[in-house]
Amino acid sequence: MNILQFFKEAFSSLLSNKMRTFLTMLGILIGVAAVISMLAIGNGATASITSSIESMGTNLIFISQNSDVSNPEALTLSDAIAISDANPQYIAAVAPSVQNNMTATYSGNSISAQVYGVTPEYEYVRNTPTSEGSFITQSQVDERSTVAVIGVDIAEELFNTTQNVVGNKIRLGSYVYTVIGLLEEQGGTSIGSSDTQIFVPITTAQARIISRTNTHNEVSTISISATNSDDVQNAIDEVTKIMQSQHGILGDEENDFTVMSQESITEAASSITAVLSIFLGGIAAISLLVGGIGIMNIMLVTVVERTREIGLRKAVGARKSDILSQFLIESLMIGLLGGILGILLGAGISALIGKIAVFSSTALNPQISLSSVVLSTLFSVGVGLIFGIYPANRAANLEPVEALRTE
Amino acid sequence: MEKNVVEARDLVKTYQLGEIQVDALRGLSLKVKRGEVMAIMGPSGSGKSTLMNILGCLDRPTSGQYLLDNEDVSKLSDDQLADIRNRRIGFVFQNYNLLQRTSALENVELPLRYRRDNGNNHKEMAAAMLERVGLKDRMNHKPFELSGGQQQRVAIARALITNPAIILADEPTGNLDSKAGIEIMQLLLDLNKEDDVTLIIVTHDPGVAKRTNRIIHIIDGKVEK
Repeated sequence: MNILQFFKEAFSSLLSNKMRTFLTMLGILIGVAAVISMLAIGNGATASITSSIESMGTNLIFISQNSDVSNPEALTLSDAIAISDANPQYIAAVAPSVQNNMTATYSGNSISAQVYGVTPEYEYVRNTPTSEGSFITQSQVDERSTVAVIGVDIAEELFNTTQNVVGNKIRLGSYVYTVIGLLEEQGGTSIGSSDTQIFVPITTAQARIISRTNTHNEVSTISISATNSDDVQNAIDEVTKIMQSQHGILGDEENDFTVMSQESITEAASSITAVLSIFLGGIAAISLLVGGIGIMNIMLVTVVERTREIGLRKAVGARKSDILSQFLIESLMIGLLGGILGILLGAGISALIGKIAVFSSTALNPQISLSSVVLSTLFSVGVGLIFGIYPANRAANLEPVEALRTE
Repeated sequence: MEKNVVEARDLVKTYQLGEIQVDALRGLSLKVKRGEVMAIMGPSGSGKSTLMNILGCLDRPTSGQYLLDNEDVSKLSDDQLADIRNRRIGFVFQNYNLLQRTSALENVELPLRYRRDNGNNHKEMAAAMLERVGLKDRMNHKPFELSGGQQQRVAIARALITNPAIILADEPTGNLDSKAGIEIMQLLLDLNKEDDVTLIIVTHDPGVAKRTNRIIHIIDGKVEK
């Protein structure tokens, strides 16, 4: 019998019992749909995280404290000053910042906000332009002014408007701050969006926002802008050298600070979401395995049911290999059909989740990759094949005399 | 010698059923001439089913020799036996044994599908054979749409399509009413005349046996003299 005829026969055999065929392939179908949609969501999440990190600019470098070292020396304002005073070749600007989460209130409205103490350079380094009013100035830093620049979500929540908010007075902790600027909207809910942030002069923050046990000189992060994106590595080298001399670290000692580029953060984030994808994919793969066992189960029942047919086929000249192929192709087709329907269902689920994400203004756009489609197709065909081997072998080894005698 | 299509010598078949050894055939010898119509009769348990299985190459004898068309088939492998069944033997069963999901035409075509040649006129051959057995109008009907007599005609067409040396019919009229039974018997005899195909019929029905050239009785695994 040629291969085409095998497929035709298998297809008509599957069609003759549609309900059972469908139930048999359900395990594979759900498994593949889960793999496809999980991976699509994983890819979408990776893409949106990556793009939100990249939106900070490719020139960006961060210095933070390395807490893996025992007794790390804190980052201080003097470190930031030392870096800019060294007149480094590859560094365009240095922006130290301190950060704390606080509740902002205005006439009965309140919102939890990330409050940053910053210098004027922050606007350039972190790309946070204002749409109304102006950013923190050097004189406000020098005078420790109680002024604030707020994100649009903060304005929306406190004033119920994003128009003419400059001049309003908001309360952070026990102090009142005058709003001097509104930041441009960044949109989405990407990580580190300035929409939910409030900026105050760094000196003010050190005195009033950060807990008083800290020495006033400490900063949480120093953001640095390299002169251009090709010189990021050179800038990192420069910064590292300056920081080592600041903290008195000798050649082979471990640094008590970490210098990271935006690129390395992207990589770290990608590797986290990759692990997540593998995890989700693994769970889905287990359901594929269960689906395969379902196929084997039904195929075994089918072989018993069709014992007479097998006997007859053997009587008219079917060899072992013919019977083996017939049943293998049937279970392979169950796998394949289940896989194809699963891909369609998975695409549907991904699209639905994408819609829901848009509706709830979450930056998640599920992306179905070609590789996940190809892989899950191959996998479901493989599952059909592997779990078909045992039942098909059983069928092929039936003795024709015995098989014909069965009622 | 050459005229014998079947020549069985000292066939012995022993089954092991748990601890008990069952001797189904005890040195049975048999010759069947080409074109002969022979009836095999015998009480149940006499070994006639075992003999049919061996003659049909569905099973091998424990010892003894079976020449089919002068070829010793008693020691062949499973695949070789499958090919012998495909080319030299046509089966007609009491309960027809048609594939329920497939049309009469495809049922008749089935043995040709297992041939290892790429003949592409299988459909035409099957259609011609169905016409010969009088089912020209019923080719695309499925078995459940046919009467018992018609189903047995399909089965006969399937047995004949490979142009076999012998047709083994196991109680071919056993499930039919007497009128359909007589028609089927007549059809088999007509085909025997036209094609010179050898017919071996296992039956309990003396009416069927009477219409054959020769009747042998099997008792206790031997041909009764």
